Amino acid sequence: MNRYPLWKYITVAVALLIGFIYTLPNFFGEAPAVQVSSNRATLKVDAASLPRIEAILQEAQVAPDGIFVEANGIKVRLKDTDTQLKAKDALEKALNPDPANPDYVVALNLLTASPKWLTDMGALPMYLGLDLRGGVHFLLQVDMPGALQKRLDSLGADLRTLLRDKNVRHAGINRDGDRIHISFRDAQTRDKARAVIAAELAEVNLDEQGAGDNLRLVASLKPEALVKLREYAIKQNINTLHNRINELGVAEPVIAQQGADRIVVQLPGVQDTAKAKDILGRTATLEIRMVDDTPGALEGALAGRVPFGTELYTERGGSPLLVKKQVVLTGERLTDAQPGFDSQTREPAVHLTLDSAGARIFRDVTRDNVGKRMAILLIEKGKGEVVTAPVIRTEIGGGRVQISGRMTTSEANDVALLLRAGSLAAPMDIVEERTIGPSLGAENIKKGFNSTLWGFVAIAVFMIIYYQVFGLISAIALAANLLFLVALLSMLQATLTLPGIAAIALTLGMAIDANVLINERIREELRNGMPPQAAITAGYDRAFDTILDSNITTLIAGLALLIFGSGPVRGFAVVHCLGILTSIFSAVVVSRAMVNLVYGRQKKLTRVFIGQVWKPESK
Amino acid sequence: MELFRIKKDIPFMRHALVFNIISFVTFALAVFFLATRGLNLSVEFTGGTLVEVNYEQAADLEKVRGALAQAGYSDFAVQNFGSSRDVLIRLPLKSGSAEEASGEQGMARQGEQVMAALEAGAPGANLRRVEFVGPQVGKELAENGALALMVVIVGIMIYLAFRFEWRFSVSAIVANLHDVVIILGFFAFFQWEFSLSVLAAVLAVLGYSVNESVVVFDRVRETFKKVRGMSTPQVLDHAITRTISRTVITHGSTQIMVLSMLIFGGETLYYFSLALTIGICFGIYSSVLVASPLVMWLGVSREQFVKPPKAKDPNVTEDGACV
Repeated sequence: MNRYPLWKYITVAVALLIGFIYTLPNFFGEAPAVQVSSNRATLKVDAASLPRIEAILQEAQVAPDGIFVEANGIKVRLKDTDTQLKAKDALEKALNPDPANPDYVVALNLLTASPKWLTDMGALPMYLGLDLRGGVHFLLQVDMPGALQKRLDSLGADLRTLLRDKNVRHAGINRDGDRIHISFRDAQTRDKARAVIAAELAEVNLDEQGAGDNLRLVASLKPEALVKLREYAIKQNINTLHNRINELGVAEPVIAQQGADRIVVQLPGVQDTAKAKDILGRTATLEIRMVDDTPGALEGALAGRVPFGTELYTERGGSPLLVKKQVVLTGERLTDAQPGFDSQTREPAVHLTLDSAGARIFRDVTRDNVGKRMAILLIEKGKGEVVTAPVIRTEIGGGRVQISGRMTTSEANDVALLLRAGSLAAPMDIVEERTIGPSLGAENIKKGFNSTLWGFVAIAVFMIIYYQVFGLISAIALAANLLFLVALLSMLQATLTLPGIAAIALTLGMAIDANVLINERIREELRNGMPPQAAITAGYDRAFDTILDSNITTLIAGLALLIFGSGPVRGFAVVHCLGILTSIFSAVVVSRAMVNLVYGRQKKLTRVFIGQVWKPESK
Repeated sequence: MELFRIKKDIPFMRHALVFNIISFVTFALAVFFLATRGLNLSVEFTGGTLVEVNYEQAADLEKVRGALAQAGYSDFAVQNFGSSRDVLIRLPLKSGSAEEASGEQGMARQGEQVMAALEAGAPGANLRRVEFVGPQVGKELAENGALALMVVIVGIMIYLAFRFEWRFSVSAIVANLHDVVIILGFFAFFQWEFSLSVLAAVLAVLGYSVNESVVVFDRVRETFKKVRGMSTPQVLDHAITRTISRTVITHGSTQIMVLSMLIFGGETLYYFSLALTIGICFGIYSSVLVASPLVMWLGVSREQFVKPPKAKDPNVTEDGACV
């Protein structure tokens, strides 16, 4: 009667096999690698770049251990760290001829050393958290009120311009907290203003207030507009951070939104926090200046005689450009830049939106300079780069500017990105920081591993001595639990942290509870005089309710930690919850399968090895 | 091998009052220390900066303190961390300017400033770890921690209420809260650092040791239903005696694992495993010797488990009404 149907054995065997395969990559360790990814939106590093990289490596006489094309670039696996550095230097030199203006990010990385067939199956080693591999973690708070203030200021200016353009006489525009009050002398003007604003500014909500000759319109942003503003600010900031972090040459940066207004930045392997913070906090500025196209001036500048009040720049295409030092507009006046198409010629174009003050300046400048060129520069680290230098065809009013001509779609995308990347949509503050040195990371792994190992060994020894064959089975079931847990973590690619390792150890310590319950129950049934086969069945059946109970209460605690925990606690909770689930399976199903295999077939089983079953003499 | 060779039921309930007095005194002491000394909350909850550095030779703490004082820091703590070569420096949040945006940015730079100060006054330091938590984040973590504790307690109470009748769930939750308060009392008395991972340990142990009470209560219910003619204290004694070997062995195995963490896990896991150790020890004690007497005082009796005759339960025979 203690026999499983074949399918149950097969289920257990398959589960063990899958567990084994997905645990396997963790044993191969990691091999040094070099990762090449693009530093520009227009440049793609994909299978097409493979021959070039292979050629560079061959030329440098570096034999790669494997080259992998992935979504975020190409990774070259190498034998040791010496060849890794050699390969990095060779690639860096060949791919980025101008170190000041790199096209590619060449970064040192680690790749799993597991064989290709494992990687092809999607079996990857566990993803180690920063506390285990070393690196920097930042939590940045986006200043949403700041972004809102900025938006309201520009909205106030927009309203002023709009009413003036449409000849609506108002008696003053004032900002009061999150609202803008527009005063009017009579109701007729107010109605007119209302119609004008409603037609032009879709994101504004209008309320009428006041009486007599003190009439007011109260303008506020619609909730949808606020949501959009928030989303835009976060997205834009993440974008900007991405661009900046690429510069650091980090192999696998994590930049993600957390909650409504926070951004997590994790830079594995980065030790220089000062530099990292510098780059994260840097404000790139955008400047619009006029191009000096006086005949002969450019030739003179190229010959070394740069005229007074001008600077020499190189256009992105490569041709030189003489730009006046006087700044027409700065990036602060730019509220958005989007790629798109010219409505008439269907040419790719970039659409810029300026705020009202910017729009007025822009209109004046363009009116005075039709036929001339203007340059849009991105100034970073005191170094300028000409993003684009279009010709002014006509006077442009209204703050909506379109840059088109001689651009491909991807170039338009690139320019728009660069223009937007110029500045953060909203200021950010670092509200949490963790730096973990690489030696500490390695030490943490060792400590976590050792505590789990020795704890496991001690428990296994005790179980085998105390429960003999059943103890051995329990220990094997516990090992299976560990196998499942590690496999599951590898499969889900959940981040493993030191608290996570602690959770593995603790879960194993708690999981043995189920087997103790079963074994004690079997002993008790034997003590009461039940035949062994019946005692095994009764032991497993009766203990199951209790096992379920104990796991449910533990799971409640685990889930609460998962929901409310953050940072280290979440790492603990994920592993704890997963561990509870795997332990039910391994302690009940796997151990039962083993017991059935060992004892289930014997029809006349007279004794089982579960240690001494002591009976009180009085009974 | 059989560790527990118990011939008769051990009369735990005869000493119920003594156990309850012991519990009450410990509990009162824990509350007293919590109230007077308070918890030594880690940087994660209070906000502030924590810098761990490592020296080649044994670190001269006085020199480190001097270097920091020279750099203008006032309210800092310097201590060894794990070994004499590792030094942990704690800096509180700067008051006043902390609210300002620029202040926050300045706070985040403390790690580098500390390193610069050490380079000047006590050179040779190797940066191992920097943790900076802003005031807002710290507050949120503390709030979320309290919330998690609430949810665990309420969740377990609901579960127990479904599983048993109210006397059991009340006793179980009281017994385990008593554990939690005592763990916190230990942390307050010794001024051990209470960090997020300690909180995780407390919650994990709460979920773990509640099931101990569940096991005992399961037996109590079973005994009430099966065996007639035993008084309530006798039933409780019987249930406890029958489950004691399991209780001690499972807690022992878990404790082996925790002990291993305590020995091999290093400084980072030290307080985590310490909290677990206290939790496990008091878990055994409280589920056996606190929860059961409580059930008794609350007036559990056989009648509550044998269904009244008018119930349409087919298991109840006509004469099975009451005893």
